Amino acid sequence: MNSLLCSALFFLFNAAQAAQQALPEDGGGPLAGLKQAGTVNFVVLAGLLFVVGMAGVLTRRNIIVIFMSIELMLNATNLNFIAFARYWQLQGSLTAANGQMFTLFVIVVAAAEAAIGLALILAHYRNRKTVEVDEIDLLKW
Amino acid sequence: MLICTALSLLPKETSGEYGPIAGYVPVVLLLLIAIAFPVAALAAGRLVRRKVETPEKQIPYECGVDPISDSKDRFSVRYYMIAMLFLVFDVETIFLFPWAVIYDKLGVFGLVEILIFLGILVVGYYYAWRKGALNWV
Amino acid sequence: MPLLNILGYPTIYETFAILPELLLVLFGCAALVLDVLLPRERKELTAYFCLAGIGTALLALWQVFETNRIRLPFTVFYGMIAVDGFSLTLRLVALVAAALAIAMAVKYLDVEEEQHGEYYALILFATSGMMFLSSGVDFITLYVGLELMALSVYVLVGYLKWNVQFHEKRGEKSSEAALKYFLMGAFSSAILLFGFSIIFGLTGTTNVEQVAGLLPGLFKANMLTTTGDARLMAIMGIALVAAGLFFKIAAVPFHMWAPDAYEGAPTSVTAFMSVGPKAASYAMLARIFLVAFAPLRVTGDPQIPGWAVMFGVVAALTMTVGNVAAVTQQNAKRLMAYSSISHAGFILLGFVAGNEMGYAGAVFYLMAYTVMNLGAFGVLLSLRSEERVGDKLDDLNGLYQKQPALALMMLVCLLSLAGIPGTGGFMGKFYLFGGLIQAGNKWMNILAVVAALNVVISLYYYARFIKAMFTGKEKEEAPVTLSPPLHATIVLTVILVLVMGLYPQPFSQLSRFAVERLGPPTPPQAAQK
Repeated sequence: MNSLLCSALFFLFNAAQAAQQALPEDGGGPLAGLKQAGTVNFVVLAGLLFVVGMAGVLTRRNIIVIFMSIELMLNATNLNFIAFARYWQLQGSLTAANGQMFTLFVIVVAAAEAAIGLALILAHYRNRKTVEVDEIDLLKW
Repeated sequence: MLICTALSLLPKETSGEYGPIAGYVPVVLLLLIAIAFPVAALAAGRLVRRKVETPEKQIPYECGVDPISDSKDRFSVRYYMIAMLFLVFDVETIFLFPWAVIYDKLGVFGLVEILIFLGILVVGYYYAWRKGALNWV
Repeated sequence: MPLLNILGYPTIYETFAILPELLLVLFGCAALVLDVLLPRERKELTAYFCLAGIGTALLALWQVFETNRIRLPFTVFYGMIAVDGFSLTLRLVALVAAALAIAMAVKYLDVEEEQHGEYYALILFATSGMMFLSSGVDFITLYVGLELMALSVYVLVGYLKWNVQFHEKRGEKSSEAALKYFLMGAFSSAILLFGFSIIFGLTGTTNVEQVAGLLPGLFKANMLTTTGDARLMAIMGIALVAAGLFFKIAAVPFHMWAPDAYEGAPTSVTAFMSVGPKAASYAMLARIFLVAFAPLRVTGDPQIPGWAVMFGVVAALTMTVGNVAAVTQQNAKRLMAYSSISHAGFILLGFVAGNEMGYAGAVFYLMAYTVMNLGAFGVLLSLRSEERVGDKLDDLNGLYQKQPALALMMLVCLLSLAGIPGTGGFMGKFYLFGGLIQAGNKWMNILAVVAALNVVISLYYYARFIKAMFTGKEKEEAPVTLSPPLHATIVLTVILVLVMGLYPQPFSQLSRFAVERLGPPTPPQAAQK
């Protein structure tokens, strides 16, 4: 699993490098300016983090680990927002700072979500003495 | 102070001429000083002091309550409640940063806004406090 | 309009536009403090305090409408909050749902011995989140509103604690339901958010109307870049946003959390979350898909079907899966959960139809669904007593002998849910079907037939309730007692259901007022495929 992830990381890193080199020098098309800010690298990394988080949510059994994976997905989103905000700032967009503001809100909401999630996990642990999702099986069909 | 000393040892243009690696010279110097200082202090103490062996000197806390049981026992950490509250209250301060950057431009309006925000936090704090969430159970 | 003018402050006038939300938050905070100060046996006073808060918010909402009547629609707070027919109507629905849910819960929580002020404060916070979902026209506002609503409801679902003298597994089920709902909700929020970030990256703005203006440009020219087609990225963003929102409204294939969460939650919370948050999620879906992504509803390009096709498939699946799964359920709350999934599919039909009648039908259906579902859950709540859990279908046995009036009111609500003429549910379905037929295309007609078949399936399982009430033999003689607030709520919902069915003009006018600015003018190439 780990080696798979490492090779995926390596592949995506190379892809990002190649993409950055292949981008046209002068502006053309809506995404051409991406090179200017090095945005591609960030977006690829964000996409990778998001996929890793999603894989974690779908494959892991421990609730705490699933929860951490969700946080990873949120942070991938933050990275995306920040990278795009910088890109649009360089493009001279007036609304570019919205991305940065969004990140602040995501961070705060994620903290509130973490507090509530941990409290719910704790409540469930007190009732059932387990944090494995396989054993959360009272309610079905 | 040590950092200042380390930095003052360096010629000003170092980083320009030798590339980015030279920027780490103060860090390496600081590391060396940081290692040397406790070694020197402990060695000096060992050389100077008298040696009197008593059983009390062997326990972890010489003046205090006598320890019970083994120090490797597991014990319940009643910290999670405070940790969860900390998580929320700590991160909420993130909203103070943008305000602090431009508070002089926002003026009274910004002040009122941030006071309302803090007021809501205080209500939450009061609630948690009166509910006993801060008590050591 | 420059959105980053930091020197132009929102005026008092602008703040006035969100006065209802502010009042709810204020009353919610006060309710938390009040709960701390009140002695243990007087906690139910918080409920009445919060009801007063909702009443005040309703008055404020009326004032917002009354003073701005001529200026509608407009936006405040740098284009982040819209004051238009849609937001006013959906805010009204949210407030009514919250008021009814609080009135229904008072006695129930006494029986469960869980009478705390936090319950009502959380409902107020969730309601203010729902109202921001209705009025937000910026991804940031929508996201924060969504989380405010969702976080409050997660806690409400896990509200019951383990208590040895109560029915088996009460606390375990509640915390398990909350945990499942939380994990699924947080997961879907993350997906939704990633979709938002991609849309932001492509357009450089988070405002739904500006996004609507910029998105078609990506589809016009075939602008290939080495990062992939910009169109591909846009489609990915839209798909992620759609997946996140389908989770929230419990549409197939993202519906699996709903039955578990509905069954484990306290019944009063199930009643609330099956209407309030659902309506608010639909408001968000409408704002995003009918405004921001409206140009892509139907694309001219035959290779890229618009999102209307996806919505059509999801709607058909949602109705069918929800109805078929509901048929065999024995637990009344679980059955209602599947029934609510199928209703979610029906409301999606309005989005597929893509004309004013369909949109207005969706809003009308939301209103009718809110009252009829709350009415049905009110009757289920009345079954809960010290001796009886009241969440099994068998618990309804012999209700007609014990409480004939109550059984008849339940009958009205069930017939309305099934869509029998003379009830609000029928009028809602009528408008939705009408919108589909009006759109007049082969696929939409097929979809209407599928929906009609689903009405037949749903009749079967609603009839199971009716059979139990009128012909079922009761085993034990536990009386059904109604508390005055619960009684008043059920009567009110039944009256509303009947009025919507027999005299629907005011409500259909309201729903048309809600959607008059929503969605694009029908594109010339409306006939897709």
